[in-house]
Formats: sequence, structure tokens, C-alpha cells
Amino acid sequence: MNWLAVKSIYISEMKRFFRTLSQSIISPVLSTVLYFVVFGAAIGGRIQEVGGISYGAFIVPGLVMLTVLQQSLSNASFGIYFPKFTGTIFELFTAPISFVEILLGYVGAAASKAMIIAFVILITATFFVDLHIIHPFWALGFLVLTAISFSLLGFIIGIWASNFEQLQIIPLLVVTPLVFLGGAFYSADMLPGFWETLVKFNPVLYLISGFRWAFFEVSDVPVGVSLAAISLFLFLCISAVAWIFKTGWRLKE
Amino acid sequence: MAPIITIKDLTKTYASGTPALDAVNLDIETGEIIALLGPNGAGKTTLISAICGMIKISSGTVTVNGFDVEREPRKARAQIGLVPQEIALDIFETVWNSVKMTRGLFGQKPDDAFLEELLKSLSLWDKKDAKNQALSGGMKRRVMIAKALSHEPKVLFLDEPTAGVDVALRRDMWDVVRKLRDRGVTIILTTHYIEEAEEMADRIGVINGGKILLVEDTANLMQSFGRKTLNLSLAAPLDSKPEALCDYDLELSEDKMTLTYAYDTRAERTGITRLITDLAAQGISVRDLESKQSSLEDVFLTLVEETA
Repeated sequence: MNWLAVKSIYISEMKRFFRTLSQSIISPVLSTVLYFVVFGAAIGGRIQEVGGISYGAFIVPGLVMLTVLQQSLSNASFGIYFPKFTGTIFELFTAPISFVEILLGYVGAAASKAMIIAFVILITATFFVDLHIIHPFWALGFLVLTAISFSLLGFIIGIWASNFEQLQIIPLLVVTPLVFLGGAFYSADMLPGFWETLVKFNPVLYLISGFRWAFFEVSDVPVGVSLAAISLFLFLCISAVAWIFKTGWRLKE
Repeated sequence: MAPIITIKDLTKTYASGTPALDAVNLDIETGEIIALLGPNGAGKTTLISAICGMIKISSGTVTVNGFDVEREPRKARAQIGLVPQEIALDIFETVWNSVKMTRGLFGQKPDDAFLEELLKSLSLWDKKDAKNQALSGGMKRRVMIAKALSHEPKVLFLDEPTAGVDVALRRDMWDVVRKLRDRGVTIILTTHYIEEAEEMADRIGVINGGKILLVEDTANLMQSFGRKTLNLSLAAPLDSKPEALCDYDLELSEDKMTLTYAYDTRAERTGITRLITDLAAQGISVRDLESKQSSLEDVFLTLVEETA
């Protein structure tokens, strides 16, 4: 195991994060604040509470998850796509490293960035609502698992993408709708019968539900099911990455 | 000394069925500069890619400093630095961070003193905090070399180091390469500037159609394949080539003052003595003689044409 290489990739990725601090942190924080203003203040004025929790507080776990998903995806996909784009990826192929080190470096950095932003947003949220996390360790666990899984997914997208458009298309066309239909801003039982059944097929619902349970012990699906769902997703992503590394898909002739 | 790179029966066939390398055998000696010369698509880059572990080998073996590139890829790769044809740099990163990053990737502990010395030797030290995008083309290429050398490799590959580089910069690059050789780095460079191979290399390998056509000491190659020309400056102008001399491969210059005789140094007889005698017999007096070695370019073209 070439740990120095892992460290090198990790550090160089994190450096980029801090080099572009304004884009990295200010923009997710700003959009979160906007969500609070629009959903929390404007709509929250009418909904009052969901499942005994003030609407403003109810949407916090969903907002944090939304950001973690997006940040993990975009950081990881960009992280591995950029060397492909500039051509510096040849270095990864000629260095005495295996894909495991590449993966640990890029996915580790992307997940770390997503976690940092998640904490910043949680802190931001405390300025708007009273937050009390009942199960902080569960919350942390869900956050870590989600950040890693979606960083893996982002890594796969980055390897698959052959231009910047493709890099954006999956986060834009697939992930954003899933998040909005995943109960970030409402509880699934607020939907009419058919839709309530349909959203149960949305994997993101399980993430947000489990994460929200860790905050308030309120959830759409039992927390065990959420944990199983995120574990399954993590397993699928790892399998896909393992397959890519084994076959050299999009990487090696 | 044992060769630093040993290539045995190396064959690479791409998935499309195109054979890019066909049973290549080559030993590269420690500390030499060897130039691989060949037209576009000859297999130069494929050969480098195979040695550096960037592509899967179809059959045959390659060892670098005793490590098989397929069985011990990590150890083999640690011996090699590669400067690819295209400049590829993270344009937003500084020179210093880029070089440091590569050293880490190759599993070497940080050594700022070494990197400082390396950047100084490549005249990059005063640019160490500049972003790569702010550098000129020649400097970018030197950063690529610095990166390739950052982990103290035994072997350095330079894939077309001076493609699209102006004359002054090319000479600059040659100086850099010579200095590296003096430090004991074995250098393998590919080029299609024949002048470059002639100028720099201890040995020249000619590659075409995925085969190594020959590997020869540069000087020997020049000699053994060289065609020479003999320029005879005449004392008085000639109206036309004399009939009696039509057996010779002679050209008369436009100003009618020079006869050029082409001959093969490999031939048993060059025919020079006979030509001089015959000229004298025709009453043509020669003021001056000059013989010229044909350039490697001609050697190369002859070889490639012969095997086409």
C-alpha cells in the first residue's frame, strides 16, 4: 500500500477546496439560507409543524442531506474528471499505485469536503431554528455513509464522463429530482396514496428519513430499513468501482 | 554493466486488431541516451506506454532495473519518470505543489532540499510559486521534466521533448538532457527530428511498423549507412557533363562550376581515384575538393523505405 500516494492525492484535492473557498463553502451556505427563508419562513408560516416538530427544524436534515449528496457527487466527479481533462491522469497510471490508492485519495477527499460543508450548514441552521439532535452518533453515521456512497457514485460519473456536460447531467437530471421527491421538505405521508407508495421506491427517501430519525425520532420508514438501504447502495457503488478497476473500463486500453 | 531495461519479444496488439508492436527485443544500457526514431504511428509511444505500464502487454516481457513490469509493477514503475508528448499540468496549481504531489504519488518521502536542487537545475526555482498557467511553453515543459524527476527515477522517458518547440528552446532542452545524463540518469527519447537524435544520442534505434529495424551507435550508424557526396570545384566552367564521364553519378551545378559525385561508403570501391584520373584525362582541372556525409535524415529514409 502506497500511503504516501493516498496522502498526496488527498492533500492536493483538499488544497483545491481551500483555494476555492468562496465557491466551496459560501455558495452552499447561501443556497441553504435561501431555502430557510423560502421554505422555513414563507411556507413554514402556514405549515407550522410536521409530526410535532416545527417545520423550520423539520427541513434541516433534508437540507443537510441535499447538500451532502450534491457536494459528494460534484467534488468526486470533478476530482477525477479534471485530471482526465487536463491529461495529468497519465501520472496516476504510471505511478506505483493501484486503483485502491486512487480511490482512497479522491473519494476520501470528496467525502471530507462534503462533511465539512454539512457541518457548516448545520451551524448555519442553528441561527434560524432551535436544533437538538437526539442521536448524534447515528446522525454522524448516516452522514459519513452517505458522503462516502455518493462520492463513490461521483467518482464513477467522473470516470464515465467524456465532457463537462456529461459531468453535470446525472446530478442535474437524476439526483436533484430524487432529492426533491425524497422528502427533504415534507413527510411522505403528507402525499396522496399513490404518490406515497411511489416515493418509497426513491432511494434518497431512505437516507433523509434515517437522518431525520437521528435528529427527531420521526421517520417515514423504520431506521433499520434506512440503514439497510444506504448499506445496499454503498455496496452497489463499491461493486461498480471494483468492476471498473478490474476491467479498466474507460481507463485503460 | 547490466542493461537497465530489457525488452524480450514484446508484442502489443490493440483490441481493434491493430498490431502496434511486433516481437520487439531491445536492451537499454545504464546511463546512456538512446533515441528511438520512427515516423508517426511507428509504435514509439506504444513502446513507451508498455514499459511504463500504461497498457497491457499482449506477450513478451519487459524488466526495468530487474523488475518485471507486469509481475512487479510497483517496483518497476518506481524506477521510471515519464515526460509525455503533450504538456499536461494542473494549470491552477503552483510549480512547487505540482512537483511535490508527483513525488508523493511515487511513494517517496517529502524532501524539500532535493526538490529545491532539482528546480534550480532546471532554472525553475524563481518560478516555484507561480501557477502553471502563468508559465511559458518552454517552462511548462521543464516543469513536466521536474515532475518526472521528482521521485529520483533511474530512467527518464522523453516522448518527443522538442515537438513544436523553437530552435533556441530546443537547444536549451538538449542542454538540460545532457546535464541529466551527467547525473547518471538513463534517458530514452523518441523524436522525429533526426538532427536531435544525431546531436544527443549515444545510440539510435530505428522503429517502424512496430518493429525495431536497427539499433546502432550513432557514429557507426552514420558511417555504415552514410552515403557521401564529393563536391569538385572546377577551375573553369563546363558547358555540360562530359560524355566520357556519363558512367559516373555526377551532377553539374547551375553555375557550371561544381561537379557533385555521390558514392556509397559501404561499397568496395568508391570510384574516387578513377574519377579523378578520368577528369584529368578530359583536361578538366579541379580547384578544390569537399566530401560531405549524408545526414541521418537520408539514412533514416533509406531504412524506412527499404522496409516499407
